[in-house]
Amino acid sequence: MNNPFRVRGHGHVDPDTTLSFTFDGRTYTGHPGDTLASALLANGVHHVADSIKYGRPRGVLAAGAEEPNALVQIEAPFPEPMLTATTVELYEGLVARGLSGQGRLSDRPDPARYDTLHAHCDLLVVGAGPAGLAATLTAARSGARVILVDELPQPGGSLLGSQELLDGAPATTWAGDVIAELGTCADVQVLRRTTAFGHYDDGLVLALEKRTDHLGAAAPAHVSRQRIWRIRARQVVHATGAHERPVAFDDNDRPGIMLAGSARTYLNRFGVLPGRRGVVFTTNDSAYPAALELAEAGVRIAAVVDAREEVPEHWRTACEERGIDLRAGHVVTGTSGTGRVSRAHVAAFAQGRLGDRRGVDCDLLLVSGGWNPAVALFSQARGALRYDAEAGAFVPAQPLDTVRTAGSAGGTFTLSGCLADGADAARRALAAIGGTGRAVSLPATVPLPATVPLSDGAPAQVLWRVPSPRDGQDGTHQFVDLQRDALVSDVLRATGAGLRSVEHVKRYTTIGTAHDQGRTSGVMTSGIVAEALGVDIADLGTTRFRPPVVPVAFAALAGRNRGELFDPVRVTALHPWHVEHGALFENVGQWKRPWYYPGAGETMEEAVLRESRAARTGVALMDGSTLGKIDVQGPDAGVLLDRLYTNVMSTLEVGRIRYGVMCGVDGMVVDDGTVIRVAEQEFLLTTTTGNAAKVLEWMEEWLQTEWPGLRVHLTSVTEHWATIPLVGPRSRDVLALVAPGLDVGNDAFPFMSWRDATVAGVAARVCRISFSGELAYEINVPAWYGIGVWEALLAAGDAFGITPYGTETMHVLRAEKAYPVIGQDTDGTVTPQDLGMSWVVSGKKPDFVGKRSFTRAENRRDDRKRLVGLLPADERVLLPEGAQIIATSGIPEPPVPMLGHVTSSYRSAALGRTFALALVRSGTERIGDTLYVPLDGRTVPVTVTDPVLFDQEGTRRDG
Amino acid sequence: MTVETPARFSPLSAWQDRLARLPAGVRVRELPFLSQLTLRAEPGGAAAKAVEGCLDVTLPGPSRAEMSGDVKVLWTGPDEWLLVAPDGRREELVPRLRAAVGDGFATVTDVSAQRTTLALSGPLVRAVLAQGCAIDLDRRVTPVGSCLTTLLAQAPITLVVRGEAASSVWLLVRSSFASYVAAWLLDACTEYRGG
Repeated sequence: MNNPFRVRGHGHVDPDTTLSFTFDGRTYTGHPGDTLASALLANGVHHVADSIKYGRPRGVLAAGAEEPNALVQIEAPFPEPMLTATTVELYEGLVARGLSGQGRLSDRPDPARYDTLHAHCDLLVVGAGPAGLAATLTAARSGARVILVDELPQPGGSLLGSQELLDGAPATTWAGDVIAELGTCADVQVLRRTTAFGHYDDGLVLALEKRTDHLGAAAPAHVSRQRIWRIRARQVVHATGAHERPVAFDDNDRPGIMLAGSARTYLNRFGVLPGRRGVVFTTNDSAYPAALELAEAGVRIAAVVDAREEVPEHWRTACEERGIDLRAGHVVTGTSGTGRVSRAHVAAFAQGRLGDRRGVDCDLLLVSGGWNPAVALFSQARGALRYDAEAGAFVPAQPLDTVRTAGSAGGTFTLSGCLADGADAARRALAAIGGTGRAVSLPATVPLPATVPLSDGAPAQVLWRVPSPRDGQDGTHQFVDLQRDALVSDVLRATGAGLRSVEHVKRYTTIGTAHDQGRTSGVMTSGIVAEALGVDIADLGTTRFRPPVVPVAFAALAGRNRGELFDPVRVTALHPWHVEHGALFENVGQWKRPWYYPGAGETMEEAVLRESRAARTGVALMDGSTLGKIDVQGPDAGVLLDRLYTNVMSTLEVGRIRYGVMCGVDGMVVDDGTVIRVAEQEFLLTTTTGNAAKVLEWMEEWLQTEWPGLRVHLTSVTEHWATIPLVGPRSRDVLALVAPGLDVGNDAFPFMSWRDATVAGVAARVCRISFSGELAYEINVPAWYGIGVWEALLAAGDAFGITPYGTETMHVLRAEKAYPVIGQDTDGTVTPQDLGMSWVVSGKKPDFVGKRSFTRAENRRDDRKRLVGLLPADERVLLPEGAQIIATSGIPEPPVPMLGHVTSSYRSAALGRTFALALVRSGTERIGDTLYVPLDGRTVPVTVTDPVLFDQEGTRRDG
Repeated sequence: MTVETPARFSPLSAWQDRLARLPAGVRVRELPFLSQLTLRAEPGGAAAKAVEGCLDVTLPGPSRAEMSGDVKVLWTGPDEWLLVAPDGRREELVPRLRAAVGDGFATVTDVSAQRTTLALSGPLVRAVLAQGCAIDLDRRVTPVGSCLTTLLAQAPITLVVRGEAASSVWLLVRSSFASYVAAWLLDACTEYRGG
């Protein structure tokens, strides 16, 4: 041990093993069991960084997650920003530097794994301090399924930072024994280094486990570094402890100023003296054990400054015996120092007035302004809080049905009380779920003065801030939120500006918005606001607690959902073929669809022109398997479809196919597709790829909530079928070759009919439908056979130059024929009539979804936007989709009247030029007119045309 | 031109080698080409009884599967079951069941290629699934025969508990999600591969 501030006989670090680490470029040593903060303090390093706004030197205020100051950037083994030095476990080779506010994310991908695990239990206990251990032990011995999570590597919580005895032995021995017993229970899981950071509805608690962080470069690559636990608990006990809060006084932010309980923790958990000469400033009894234990360990306590006039006799005596100067009725008004604190200014304080000041030299100033129960999780779970005037803190008002607090989290501050409260909370929790908690004999505590905290002694004095002795300066040197560099004067400026809510003050001042969530500043702010406004802090309350309680890395939240697992990639049965043949893919929802198949050296434009030409002049095929398919069966199937489609479906004959449009109740197009009548009581409809799930849900909603009497069942069969459109003038020849038993003649197998046939040896359903205007067949086979049939079609079509095509060519072909794509040419404000499809809206049916809206005046306006074609005057210009359309060749002063926008735009092989579809106000009336599309600072003249630009007579569909 | 019946490919046919190399403690096998039919019927109604008679099974209640027979029956909704039978039975079962229902109201739909079935077994299965499945697989909560439609990571699945404490399960996954699930399972096993 060569750390100058390490003391023998204290702490739980392993003194026989030395770890070397680097901080701000200098090398130091520490031991396993240290945090970065304790190791720095052991080396006498207090200054961690300068503050973000005022550049003031800052040190270590606390010993845990409540630390507002000591933010560090880890540089090695892997860069990670904004960690608190008080929660970073020391490891060999750690390289860190102090941070002034923000840090730096790595520019390399994080090589570590992160994962998630779901877990379930009867009782979740958060915190392995005395209350949490007593609760867990009680539940475990009662046979319940229990999970105990604790943020520290060792059990004991606050016991680690004290010299308490249980059954005559160090309390941490008892904690170790409990953990050992829990380890023998099959239904008990103890998670160390695990922080519950969010408590959500229905007993869902999220916790972050740091699994290999403490191993540094030695962390095994195959084990996740951090794990998010998603714990579903029937009952939860929050034994989350309490956080000490400081008092605001002038220059209360220097390195060497530390919370009294934290200093006690550095001594007892880490064997570290945070200074040589200390002054203790307190408003309550809890700082006395810190003062006495530190004095015992070798710190010269120059003075204990107690804001209270009345100090319990046993503390007076204990101070006297050790020669400690006790100044009751005094406060610390300010500090001096260059960098670290070198002097505390002490003055008498009575009736709100300060007496004369005297300086006391010190290199350590310990502060205790009382304790705030750690109620963040309880509050997240919607537990109500009430203000406890004696403790000067917000405590749980009453337990919830499934959530209760235990120990100091609930405002119980004695060790014996915490143990009993924990056991009691577990029994109540088990009773609430119909179980019985066995009585557990709890260890005996020792009621010695030196071990009596808070409630057994004299009442605390609630003191938020000490008046500033500086003339005319109101809190301009009194820090509230050290991380945000926010001052008492900032709070007063907020109330002076008229803000009365602590929520508003929080946003105005940024207090409580940093990584520490205002653990040391939040309640203090409420207190200062209450004083400034002259209102009761009990009425004012605190700001709302929100998850996460501690900072959680996005990498941990993402877990394994990254790279190829980021979002499910859905593929069709034909996908391996597409990959093997060089397709480029387009994402359509979660689907990967072949976009086009470039030949060697071919551009996308060249490939699409080639694919389109094949479909118009020869034969081509594509993978249409992603189309949604819904089987509709039952005696009332026709009735349901008549009510949901705008046109009549019930009259469709078995063996025939009809195109249909579905509208919302507003009369706007929701989806379109084809409907085939499979049998008298069975239809099969198709949806657009992206709407498959939505349409099924839409249909189920109407069926289940509006027309439950209809005898119809809906079943998704999307993925049962591989669907292959075979397109082009030679498609009939190809089909004839692979389906020798099928009469493919136009009369025997007319447009908009289907046949069951054997295709390439497989039982298939072949539909004569066309999304291109060409003679076309759609071949459906069970997906297992998809590749085999696809390859058979390719082989049979080889002589005809059969060409696979992708979604881009599909779009060109359908746009040339003005077949709209729902969601591209429509946007939820487009009616079938706007698309020029009045023919698909039945005038005869008594009712269907959307019908009523077609009679609205708005839906009947002549100047609605309608789908039209656009031909740019320069036939090489490809209009961008989404481009606006205006009436004049010059762009007028804003606001520019917009007539509509381009919805689809392509280069056409068949037309030998570019073209577009657009929604244009009064578009039908404008056919033949010239309009303009602003593009790159000029306007492009375009001619408005009928939307169908190719084969207007429809002569090609029969081959 | 002569036409031969082409080969079939199951959704995970390309994954067999990788799935065979999982660590000890978890075994994953695809059961390809099972016949699968969706049955929709009013529970306890005449049509449901006709189906039960035809198959000689009792349609299981909520969140349960009847796995003892040749045709296994998985509850998938309040009036919905998935019938799972060996390869090659779909052509025969659909007309037989429809005939049994007769004029009653129940529907049978062939969805055989809609999903593929994964059989997982081994002591690590529960831990692997817990990485992405929110269901409590404790034997007291989900005993053998439990059948739950839920999510595994981001993929919809139907999970059937076949062995105590999920030492053996079936996962039925939609064909388009099968490769995602396979990739997810392989990755989930990383932790158990050792250093």
